[in-house]
Amino acid sequence: MANKSPETEHPHKAFGWAARDNSGVLSPFNFSRRENGHEDVTIKIHFCGICHSDLHSLKNEWGFSRYPMVPGHEIVGIVTKSGSNVSKFKEGDRVGVGVMVGSCKSCDYCNQDLENYCPQMVFTYNATYIDGTRTYGGYSDMIVVDQRFVVRFPDSMPFDAGAPLLCAGVTVYSPMKYYGMTEAGKHLGIVGLGGLGHVAVKIGKAFGLKVTVISRSSDKEIEAVERLGADAFLLSSDPLKIKAGFGTMDYIIDTVSAVHSLAPLLALLKPNGKLITLGLPDKPLELPIFPLVLGRKLVGGSDIGGMKETQEMLDFCAKHGITADVEVIPIDKVNVAMDRLAKSDVRYRFVIDVANSMSK
Amino acid sequence: MAEKQHPVPAYGLAARDQSGLVSPFNFSRRETGETDVKFKVLYCGICHSDLHMLKNEWGSSTYPIVPGHEIVGQVTEVGSKVEKYRVGDRVGVGCMVGSCRSCNNCSQSIENYCPKMIQTYGGTYHDGTPTYGGYSDVMVCDEHFVVRVPDSLPLDVAAPLLCAGITLYSPLKFYGLDKPGLHVGIVGLGGLGHVGVKFAKAMGVKVTVISTSPGKKQEAIERHGADAFLVSLDQEQMKAAMGTMDGIIDTVSAVHPIMPLIGLLKTQGKLVLVGAPEKPLELPVFPLLMGRKIVGGSCIGGMKETQEMLDFAAKHNITADIEVISADYVNTAMERLAKNDVKYRFVIDVANTMQAP
Repeated sequence: MANKSPETEHPHKAFGWAARDNSGVLSPFNFSRRENGHEDVTIKIHFCGICHSDLHSLKNEWGFSRYPMVPGHEIVGIVTKSGSNVSKFKEGDRVGVGVMVGSCKSCDYCNQDLENYCPQMVFTYNATYIDGTRTYGGYSDMIVVDQRFVVRFPDSMPFDAGAPLLCAGVTVYSPMKYYGMTEAGKHLGIVGLGGLGHVAVKIGKAFGLKVTVISRSSDKEIEAVERLGADAFLLSSDPLKIKAGFGTMDYIIDTVSAVHSLAPLLALLKPNGKLITLGLPDKPLELPIFPLVLGRKLVGGSDIGGMKETQEMLDFCAKHGITADVEVIPIDKVNVAMDRLAKSDVRYRFVIDVANSMSK
Repeated sequence: MAEKQHPVPAYGLAARDQSGLVSPFNFSRRETGETDVKFKVLYCGICHSDLHMLKNEWGSSTYPIVPGHEIVGQVTEVGSKVEKYRVGDRVGVGCMVGSCRSCNNCSQSIENYCPKMIQTYGGTYHDGTPTYGGYSDVMVCDEHFVVRVPDSLPLDVAAPLLCAGITLYSPLKFYGLDKPGLHVGIVGLGGLGHVGVKFAKAMGVKVTVISTSPGKKQEAIERHGADAFLVSLDQEQMKAAMGTMDGIIDTVSAVHPIMPLIGLLKTQGKLVLVGAPEKPLELPVFPLLMGRKIVGGSCIGGMKETQEMLDFAAKHNITADIEVISADYVNTAMERLAKNDVKYRFVIDVANTMQAP
């Protein structure tokens, strides 16, 4: 028997935009979503943020992409149906779905609300679900998700500006908590002022930290300080400015995905300082060891956050009035947006207006 | 000139250039100040760092250098304000002899991270004079940087603890790898590594030694008490051990790949480097992110912790495995050390073999 096609493998028709190959160019795509199971919630998608990871995946930069690919893991929408075991959500609720749609739910990590570190965690797109079918993301009109991987969207938070928090927000919030970067008065450096970086500035300020943005682009200084509320700006391409900053920071969050040396960043840290790297370069980074040893410094990683923490992050952001700075686009501009994203030409996240622009 | 700089004559071994060859050296020590402790040096351990410094491998050496920062001896004089020590006490000095005593690090007893920390040798003291280390017959040191060697620890086998011991003890505690039931890997079975195995076992930790030399397996397990041994060049063994360790302490100072070590860590595992290769290493970022792992460093320990380490060692009977040598064997010992031909630390019998003619 022939394999079922994306259009026929599930009972509910769905429409989205997909790339068919590693050119990464997106175009209309008819596919299908599964029946809403006992644990599931069906969501009509209103907006979906464009994460830089979407671009990396579309172009198979990490080597594990399969096509056709419907990206999108910053998804917000309204519940249209909820399964018989679902008590947390009902029809009409404002909800979000981030980077994961499944995990084993029984390992030590899942039991500690760290589904993101479960060895069987399933990504929202470009992965294989427990029923053996491929997962398709939020550049689409609807999605069916296990309730465990759905978060309630705070009433006070606008859909479009809140969507990017589902990846960018939790990606910076989680390590800030885990690595203890929440002590008011301490000094946090943020490398890169893009989707992750700009949200990190806002969350850092909400924790009462002194925040310095570290960037190669001098034209980001005014933005960083006057618009986003950073306390200072350090031009990383100026060796004198870097030197003046040596040993002044308690923590640094590095959001840059391009390959770069960690040496100047380690030098900016005080002894016992922590450098947390969130970007995903496609090659290893150069790590000088002397500064790590002599200053008891560390380099750590982090990968999104668990579901409990994602909800906690959304509620924290709602409380502090934190949303992303977005440029809303219709779906037919998505390929242009990807070209601009590749050049970092966006302030600071594109968000696709799915509900109003995506129809067959 | 070194001989006339200070009032107390001293005799030791120094290298004059980056050949690193040591030979007799007459110099001098300062008068015992109010807070100083003067002691007759009985033994001094040879640390691999001594070899790096003698040959100027880190580019920071100024000659003449009298190395030695694993120094033990007996107090002969104390300054008027010294409270902790008396004449006759068994004491030791490690890698530091001074710090600013007022910064955040100093006030938290982590003088080793003070930006003005003064090294026992190769540094410059508060009075502007160069510091000379323990390959010598007498030491004068501020009491804050002197530790008591517990009576139950023989001086010769305790000496290496002053650098090697604290270098492993401190990160095992700081990075939380000292809890019974955890699984810690130790890379390299040399001066640092063998002491690390003993401390970790005493803390109740399961220890796997990771080494390039299959020949070290028996020693590791039967002599030092490691639970397991992993040959790092054996792909199959390494693969089978992936994701099994809570932490790894890496004592290797040669440039080497750390990606396989990161792979051995469980999620949220910690790789701690205490050896310092002078070239950068390659850090693969994906595994760090996907498993929320860290790569950190550590450098000796503060004075409070160094004393704590010695007391812990005394309680658990932890000493270094040493080969005692005479002063005139030092250059040969250095050649052997360069080839890792020692089980596992040379210790100079200063009292009996290093005397001014």
